Amino acid sequence: MDVNQYLEIFLDETKEHLQNLNTQILELESDPEGEDTVNEIFRAAHSLKGMAGTMGYKRMQNLTHDMENVFSEVRNGNIKVQPKLIDVLFQCLDALEEYTDNIQNNADEGTNDNEALIRQLNDILNDNGGSAPAEAAAPEADAASSEPAGGEKWKDIVLDDSQISVIKEAQNQGKKVYGLNVVVQENCILKAARAFLVFKAVEEMAEIIISMPSAQDVEDEKFDRDFTLILLSDVEIEKIIQAAESVSEIEKAIGAPVMLEENQSYKKAEEDAKAEAAEAEKAAPAETAMGPAEVHEETAPAPAQAAPAKQEVKKNNAKPVVNRTVRVDIEKLDSLMNLVSELIIAKNSLVSVSSQEQTNTNTAFNEQIEYLEQVTTNLHESVMKVRMVPIESVVNKFPRMIRDLSKKLDKKLELYMSGEETELDRTVVDEIGDPLMHLLRNSADHGIESAEIRAQRGKPSVGSIFLDAYQDGNNVVIEVRDDGNGIDTEAVKEKAIERGSITPEQAANMTDKEIVNLLFLPSFSTAKKVTDVSGRGVGLDVVRSKIESLSGEVEVKTKLGEGSTWTIRLPLTLAIIQALMVVVGDEKYAISLGSIQTLEDIVPGDVKLVQNKEVIHLRGQVIPLIRLNEVLDIESKKTADENLIVVIVKKGDKMAGLVIDELIGQQEIVIKSLGKYIKQCKFISGATILGDGEIALILDANALI
Amino acid sequence: MELNKSTVQELLVEEGKAAMESIQFIVIRLGEEQYGIDIRSIDNIVRMQSITRIPKMPAFLKGVINLRGEVIPVISMRQKMDLEEDVITKATRILVLKLEQEGNVGFLVDEVKEVVTLSVNEIEKITYNAKEEKSSLINAVGKHNGELISLFDLSAFSLEGN
Repeated sequence: MDVNQYLEIFLDETKEHLQNLNTQILELESDPEGEDTVNEIFRAAHSLKGMAGTMGYKRMQNLTHDMENVFSEVRNGNIKVQPKLIDVLFQCLDALEEYTDNIQNNADEGTNDNEALIRQLNDILNDNGGSAPAEAAAPEADAASSEPAGGEKWKDIVLDDSQISVIKEAQNQGKKVYGLNVVVQENCILKAARAFLVFKAVEEMAEIIISMPSAQDVEDEKFDRDFTLILLSDVEIEKIIQAAESVSEIEKAIGAPVMLEENQSYKKAEEDAKAEAAEAEKAAPAETAMGPAEVHEETAPAPAQAAPAKQEVKKNNAKPVVNRTVRVDIEKLDSLMNLVSELIIAKNSLVSVSSQEQTNTNTAFNEQIEYLEQVTTNLHESVMKVRMVPIESVVNKFPRMIRDLSKKLDKKLELYMSGEETELDRTVVDEIGDPLMHLLRNSADHGIESAEIRAQRGKPSVGSIFLDAYQDGNNVVIEVRDDGNGIDTEAVKEKAIERGSITPEQAANMTDKEIVNLLFLPSFSTAKKVTDVSGRGVGLDVVRSKIESLSGEVEVKTKLGEGSTWTIRLPLTLAIIQALMVVVGDEKYAISLGSIQTLEDIVPGDVKLVQNKEVIHLRGQVIPLIRLNEVLDIESKKTADENLIVVIVKKGDKMAGLVIDELIGQQEIVIKSLGKYIKQCKFISGATILGDGEIALILDANALI
Repeated sequence: MELNKSTVQELLVEEGKAAMESIQFIVIRLGEEQYGIDIRSIDNIVRMQSITRIPKMPAFLKGVINLRGEVIPVISMRQKMDLEEDVITKATRILVLKLEQEGNVGFLVDEVKEVVTLSVNEIEKITYNAKEEKSSLINAVGKHNGELISLFDLSAFSLEGN
């Protein structure tokens, strides 16, 4: 067992706490009196400190310790929340994040002591708190619980014969036998880690012969708040107690020499040996010594206890904090997903075998195949669900970012978010953060006008940026919207001409939409000057290529003077999709069901020409036709006078009709990459293996429109 | 694929530099000529199977096949070397090579003949001048039982030709 095995948990939880702190401090800024918020902050800071301490990250511990002092004073009402305080606190969080990043990258917190920050924190303490007793930050108070954990539990340990003989032998050899009961703090996060450290500390001086619960259980965190050891040692019990208590987040350790006579089981065993009960009572000087201390601890925190209790209630109401969860390595999920993919391919081939031998297969076989189909589909869905995480983890950091931007750009900004609970595949969520950040920064920097212009235009002085996420069929849509200036197409046009991206003649013929799309070209920025925030021209093309690499798409709608809306559309799943299988010429292709609207049977006479392009009229809409056999360079098997089978596909609000030769049907397909050797053909998004082992290509309808 | 005979002979004369290391090559046939491929880079040799065409791809890229659940591209060795179109026969094989960057890639060859072991002194590196680009897939010639075997330079099969 090694502290390193806790590193991952530590990192995960630290990040959660930091995120929590960020959110809470933001809330505190808008509501400086919020008592619950302060309490929440205090708790998070306290847990952080404890965790950093256990893992041996001293600098992190120091910084959080000082932050905790400040929060404690805020909680006690000695310090008022001021903008300056909030700023310093945010800087502290940044510093903590830096430590965390360092730890994540090289398992070391780095060497930055952040003395300046600590000094600032102490200044705040000294300015306001007067004689604020820094050490009086009440972690100990928090910890002391009314529940009488601990005590001389070693007396209750059931000893078996061999253990008794070991103890007797040790006593004969002149070694001392001690009982030790260690209680961890109530709000301790990494109980097993603390226990491990206690074990380690104790083992330096003594031999642990019995542990209650067993060492394995303790390691697995299968204990409540205390554990009891029986030790053999040459040193004084006080030293051992001291060593155990020096481990942080250990509430107390009680120890005393063990008298076999006191032990319950021994007593029974040696009933006839005439136990001296009276002596047992007397022989516990340690207990009396501990007595006053305990009393003190229990009385002191009484007022402070009301607060945590209140939080508990609030927590229960707000969200179930303690979910029963298992942390799983994403790689394991990937391999599970691959196995499910293989299973589906195998299932598909069974289906195709059974349909080929229709004549001699019995119904029972078919029923089982259908059942198998159901099971694999459900299995696939379950695995997908396991991989889904809410985008919350990504978007949570944005309010803080907008706040910072607001200060930096000297614009009043407000971010409104909705749909944070929308779920996406974990791999997508991991990647979506940067593009969203780019778009938000863009909105803040280019979109929202300066205060004067907003006043002239009669807009509210605070610029609004919206981040909305929702599920739309097989897609998840994320919209970034602002009520700012919108995109100035003329400025974009000028810039594009100036850069030589387009000629003035081309510019004259371009629609607004085409011009806006120029923004997605590499190295295009309309910002007059490069700022910290944006304007280096690396933004939007990166956004687009990232989104496209996730098989998604990004669109923008804009109205000059009123604002712009950036719409990101992402597929829910990446690996397995429902698809419509079609035949063109003598080749099979798959089209994702997600993009298909309807299937139509069109009489050749209904095909009209508009601007020399074939279109059809369908329920009041003019839809351009795309003859797949032409796009795919293949001979169609159909003659010109036969009816056309048209698959109507939709991308955003654009539609198109794909002309195919034959329909096969709907099928669940596993997307396989074509590999690096084949430079991705634009409208082929991958391949899939059919039931008979053949390969069908997957058509990307979005790229065809 | 005409090698300058005198050059080859010159090179062969230089033979005799110790180093008795030997390398195994798979000998394949394309038309009338024999070529060798380092056996260490070969993942698999499979019979001809149906190849799924990919639209809008260069002619030498025949398409993709399903190799035990993996989709791998298949390239016509003949067309890559500007020989005439493949004629599929019973002897036609797909040679699956492990390329460093691109992973597994299949190559269509007329026939897989045998495995030969060539010692280092039976292999002669050849250098080309710029004009003979066509032949740049070959970087050495091996001598075996009095026959000459052109040895492929695997790095030439990497993405650049695409």
